[in-house]
Amino acid sequence: MPTPLSASPAAEPLIRARGLVKRFGDFTAVDGIDVEVAPGEAFGFLGPNGAGKSSTMRMIGCVSSPTAGELSILGMDPVRDGARIRARLGVCPQQDNLDVDLTVRENLTTYARYFGLSRREARRRADELLEFVQLADRADSKVEPLSGGMKRRLTIARAMVNEPDLVLLDEPTTGLDPQARHLLWERLFRLKQRGATLVLTTHYMDEAEQLCDRLVVMDGGRIAAEGSPRSLIETYSSPEVVEARFGDAEPAEYAEKLAGIGDRVEALPDRVLVYAADGDAAVAAIHARGLAPSTTLVRRSSLEDVFLHLTGRTLVD
Amino acid sequence: MAATQTPAAERRQVHPTLAVLERQLHLYRRLWQASVFSSFVMPVLFLLSFGIGVGGYVGELGGVDYLAWIVPGVLASVAFQMSVGESTYGVLGDFKWIRGYQAMQATPVRVRDMVGGWLAYMLLRVLIASVVFLGVAALFGALHSPWALATPLVCGLLGLAVCAPTTAFAATIDHDSYFALLFRFVVVPSTLFAGVFFPVEQLPDVVRPLAYLSPLWHGVELCRAATLGTAPGWPALAHLGYLVLWALLGSAWAVAAFGRRLRK
Repeated sequence: MPTPLSASPAAEPLIRARGLVKRFGDFTAVDGIDVEVAPGEAFGFLGPNGAGKSSTMRMIGCVSSPTAGELSILGMDPVRDGARIRARLGVCPQQDNLDVDLTVRENLTTYARYFGLSRREARRRADELLEFVQLADRADSKVEPLSGGMKRRLTIARAMVNEPDLVLLDEPTTGLDPQARHLLWERLFRLKQRGATLVLTTHYMDEAEQLCDRLVVMDGGRIAAEGSPRSLIETYSSPEVVEARFGDAEPAEYAEKLAGIGDRVEALPDRVLVYAADGDAAVAAIHARGLAPSTTLVRRSSLEDVFLHLTGRTLVD
Repeated sequence: MAATQTPAAERRQVHPTLAVLERQLHLYRRLWQASVFSSFVMPVLFLLSFGIGVGGYVGELGGVDYLAWIVPGVLASVAFQMSVGESTYGVLGDFKWIRGYQAMQATPVRVRDMVGGWLAYMLLRVLIASVVFLGVAALFGALHSPWALATPLVCGLLGLAVCAPTTAFAATIDHDSYFALLFRFVVVPSTLFAGVFFPVEQLPDVVRPLAYLSPLWHGVELCRAATLGTAPGWPALAHLGYLVLWALLGSAWAVAAFGRRLRK
């Protein structure tokens, strides 16, 4: 049953966190975050490794208890009603945990039984989901020889076997080649169109831009910014970016020489970024100062730029 | 995908403990022939070598021929070794390499279902192996009492008594090298000195209590009393109670250890 994508703001949120904290000993992984996810939404946690995304996901998935703060999932308390909440969640973990000695289909049917489904229903859903993730022809094959992308698709099919109200995807495409990622994104987009509520973590800005209606940028266990990919880019970056590389000196030296061009100049270890409303005009301005970059590239601003602006660091190192 | 569907728990068709057992049986289906065959061949080799070979020199023990005397001991020790052996890599591997327990953790399956499903699976495995062994022993004419039919149940209980703490231990450690210690300092001494091949009365007084500590000795005593139709060393209820205690404490430890490991 598809839920309208334009969920009304009055709809009870599926996830509500207030001042959520997770500590491991002295280390604070999640440092007081507020999050709300509405039904039908595709919501993302974007941030580098160690930002606290996975710890947050584990609390939402009711496998790790909050140290402090409030958390309500599907209107229930994850500590008290963990099993009841998990019955309605679909979880695609960061690290594959398929049963490699079982067949592709058996992986779905045994998992379906964990949710209490009858054998017949488990079998029916397994076949349907294998069609959906384009693995029907591998149904009787073992899991071991499948490619990384196929294993991920199987894990996503497995997460759908209980027809969840909320699907949690922790770094769904990390480690996949570009083709496998695009196939997976396409399937996740279909899922979203069917009305599923998706919550995902990623450190890929293109993934967040492709899949998320709304996202939070996390850094050091805190939320640095929140909004739609478009609005974040509009708020924290300029429309275009010039990436200029210079062969003969450190980017930092050139950053000083470029000061004043565009809105902002940022030096990375290998290149200088010039944020401007008009990229071509900025390139012209660089040349007008008598500087000759070895290469220049004009592109649209992305969430990577938002992250760089908010934290002074790049997402993927 | 509607947010207002019936909670899954209310239309549950199978208990999560049973679902965990089912997964184990699915995995076992791939190797059951080999496993049943070895649980048939091993006792035959044992009985030929010890019963007939060694027995030829030993003659009688406790009023019966040596073969009839060691059959119940070997039966119990097969259950013992199987329960320990399968619960080492079988459990650690499901945490460390397969991550099957982490997969279950994301579902309504609770920690007690994981432990319960695993113990139920091991109980089935031990029962099957004991029945096969008993059949072989009957062919050798080594069973002297209809009480022998109760030995698979004793072996099942012995299996739980050692499987539960071994499972807990396997869930606690991070490296499989600890298993070598378990075998060297627990399994092998137990098998050698817990009354399987010779009466514990032969042991010096100072070390005999160690044999009494081992669940295996209690299983051996009960099995031997059953196949020979004699009275066990201690009252049967004391032996049974001791094994039940191990099974219960071991299970509680296993549930705690699984919970701790999965919360990491």
